[in-house]
Amino acid sequence: MNKLRAFGAFWYDFVIGDDWVVAAGVVIGLAATYGLHKAGVPAWWLLPVLLVVLLPLSLSRAISGPLLPPRTRGQRSSPASPRTPPAS
Amino acid sequence: MSGPAAALFIAVFLACAVEAVEATTIVLAAGTARDWRSAGIGTGAALAVLAVIVAALGPAVTHIPLTALRVVVGALLLVFGLQWIRKAILRASGHKALHDEEKLYAEHLAEAKEQQSRRTFLAPDWYGFTLAFKGVLLEGLEVVFIVLTFGANAHNVGLATIAAACAVVIIATVGFAVRAPLARVPENTLKFIVGIMLTSFGVFWGGEGAGAHWPGSDAALLVIIPAVALFAIGLTALLRRTGTDEAIAKMREPAREPAS
Repeated sequence: MNKLRAFGAFWYDFVIGDDWVVAAGVVIGLAATYGLHKAGVPAWWLLPVLLVVLLPLSLSRAISGPLLPPRTRGQRSSPASPRTPPAS
Repeated sequence: MSGPAAALFIAVFLACAVEAVEATTIVLAAGTARDWRSAGIGTGAALAVLAVIVAALGPAVTHIPLTALRVVVGALLLVFGLQWIRKAILRASGHKALHDEEKLYAEHLAEAKEQQSRRTFLAPDWYGFTLAFKGVLLEGLEVVFIVLTFGANAHNVGLATIAAACAVVIIATVGFAVRAPLARVPENTLKFIVGIMLTSFGVFWGGEGAGAHWPGSDAALLVIIPAVALFAIGLTALLRRTGTDEAIAKMREPAREPAS
């Protein structure tokens, strides 16, 4: 049973990798491309658009936060405490 | 050589070069830490298994209908390519440690030195044999996958095979000539480029397999590849800025604690 689980884990890791959202997005994108093609609508643009959405999404998931921190014009990250520790 | 054929050659060559660097590092560690003869036998055995797999799968792949092949391969290349690009962008922007072949070599070496020696009928040193065998087989499987899928999709298995052979022979020759990890190969840059190539071919073949007709047919690849590259470079620059802010914040963070 453990060997079977390890075999499954190997293939999951090999094919899906560490972000299942990418794999799911690709499958949905290909299915949507096929759907558009069957409906007689030009579908070549769909996968490039999917890429533009999927890659930043996956990156933001990888760094566990938004791709760009909320920051208003002219405002820097809030200054933290001084570099030198205060005297104890 | 036409534009798309050159793109195919470059994509296969670079992807296989990355795999060859990793396999060479493992074999060098097995040979240096354990026994060169066992590492050599392990490498030979893995190559023999790979040859059997190619002989079995090669003709089978060429019999799969092209549309089905392009959908499946396109999907896989897109998933693999996006993973490679994501990791490459994270590395280039400072959010992930750089792939360090010297460090990996040292780790393999230390682990191999710790293991006890055991002689078998196959090789003087079982651990050295197994380490080299597994390394070459796993990285070799990826090379086989790249050659068969890229070659079959482009109707040019011959060119894909030549590109892979060039990459493997060059990397292996250099690796064994210097008998040291190939730290000077810009592996992180290579992985970035390979991620771009895999994703671009994935978009192109996946789209074609799903029924899309690309404007300009095969020449569309020559637009998709630079477009994906520019997008990836742009994201890297964007993340590098945010990464710098976070790094500064983390650097300042410990200074608050000693106050108590």
